[in-house]
Amino acid sequence: MAETVDSTSCGALIIGGSAGSLDVLLEIFPALRNDIGFPIVLVIHRKASNESLLTDLLKSRTTLEVSEAEEKEFLSPGKVFIAPADYHMLIEDDQSISLDYSEKVNYSRPSIDVTFQSAAEVFGEKLVCILLSGSNADGVEGLKSVNNFGGKVVIQNPNTAIMPYMPQQAVQNVKPHVILDSHNMADYINKLND
Amino acid sequence: MISDAIDNEQVEILLNDVLESHGYDFLEYSHASIKRRIIRLYGLDNFVSFAEFRYAVKTDKQYFKRFLEEITVNVTEMFRDPSFYKSLRNDVLPVLGTYPFIRIWVAGCSTGEEAYSLAIVLKELNLLNKSLIYATDINPSVLDKAKKGMFPLNYLKQYSENYLQSGGLKDFSTYYTANYSLAKFDESLNSKMIFSTHNLVSDHSFNEFQLILCRNVLIYFDKDLQHKVFNLFDGSIEKLGYLALGSKESLEFWPKAKEYKRVKMEKIWRKL
Repeated sequence: MAETVDSTSCGALIIGGSAGSLDVLLEIFPALRNDIGFPIVLVIHRKASNESLLTDLLKSRTTLEVSEAEEKEFLSPGKVFIAPADYHMLIEDDQSISLDYSEKVNYSRPSIDVTFQSAAEVFGEKLVCILLSGSNADGVEGLKSVNNFGGKVVIQNPNTAIMPYMPQQAVQNVKPHVILDSHNMADYINKLND
Repeated sequence: MISDAIDNEQVEILLNDVLESHGYDFLEYSHASIKRRIIRLYGLDNFVSFAEFRYAVKTDKQYFKRFLEEITVNVTEMFRDPSFYKSLRNDVLPVLGTYPFIRIWVAGCSTGEEAYSLAIVLKELNLLNKSLIYATDINPSVLDKAKKGMFPLNYLKQYSENYLQSGGLKDFSTYYTANYSLAKFDESLNSKMIFSTHNLVSDHSFNEFQLILCRNVLIYFDKDLQHKVFNLFDGSIEKLGYLALGSKESLEFWPKAKEYKRVKMEKIWRKL
């Protein structure tokens, strides 16, 4: 673990992933400390029909409260919010959640770009976004916004990704704050607390 | 899409213009969503400055038509959430079938996919001939599409799967004829539909219904506006009538929610 974490406290962590990201999440979640001081939002591409599968899987791996995001719900520290299948998820200025059933973005709904972009402005430099394994380019535009608003861009090392295309696209197009191997992610997240 | 092309203040200026010049009130829409739609349109139409965009929206009637069409979300599908349609088929419509006449309001019907889905279920329950479906939307151009009952053929495979999962009894293709890239739905279905513009924000109740369907519309409204719309629905549903919402929407925080009883696990409530 070579990275240092800046003193700016984390307001929210958003993790975006597609094909091959579930393995990383299942590695991260059991290792997270139980006093995480910020909300964690997950935007994971998946089939529209397997509604609660991801939520149930993650629940079984962590003591943190995990739930599928409800419309108008407020983000709160120490909780994990999963963007529901087949809806885009946006963050409002008051840190409440808006859901949106508009056109797919990058063939995806939820789209990682949509959530990254809306959160980038709301949280500014207090935002941390992690982009994981995947086989399309969703997330790249969102990470650019995160950069523009001073948030931290974290990208999974494509060499450790089951599907390297998505993190590769990100590394090529966005200046990352840090590139992390999947086994260092939990440690990085735990230290965002300090 | 450049996500910071238009800031919050400009969004507010634009929405105030729209209200003042055109009478459409988007000020109580969920801010993040409407802002994203505005930035998306600004990018799509290659505007170079906010001033130019604002001028077009404010003064160009033709352009405002496009604005209205693009700012509202018109994505919909047939038999979306098959378990919901299964519950309509098995739990709700048979109850309404005991009435001499069934009035249904599909509020925010967009291009009509849900109204046609409903008509198909009614037809299979032998209730369509005594039913009337009022399908309304804020946006006149989507209603023109809805009236035609023609949907892109490439979606039909998905719709057909949804239909079968929802308990559909027939071969789905018996309901439409393929016409180039479009599927034209049977005219017996829309013979029982009345299409009309209606703005949930500013228009009043116009009838009493036994069932109101309003799915994935309220997610675009802020809480206060949601509650106003629930009140509007409350004033438009007969006693023992039903209200159906989208899979992520809920009556939960509305003060009068206790006067409604949830039907099984679906987002359907019955007025007590």
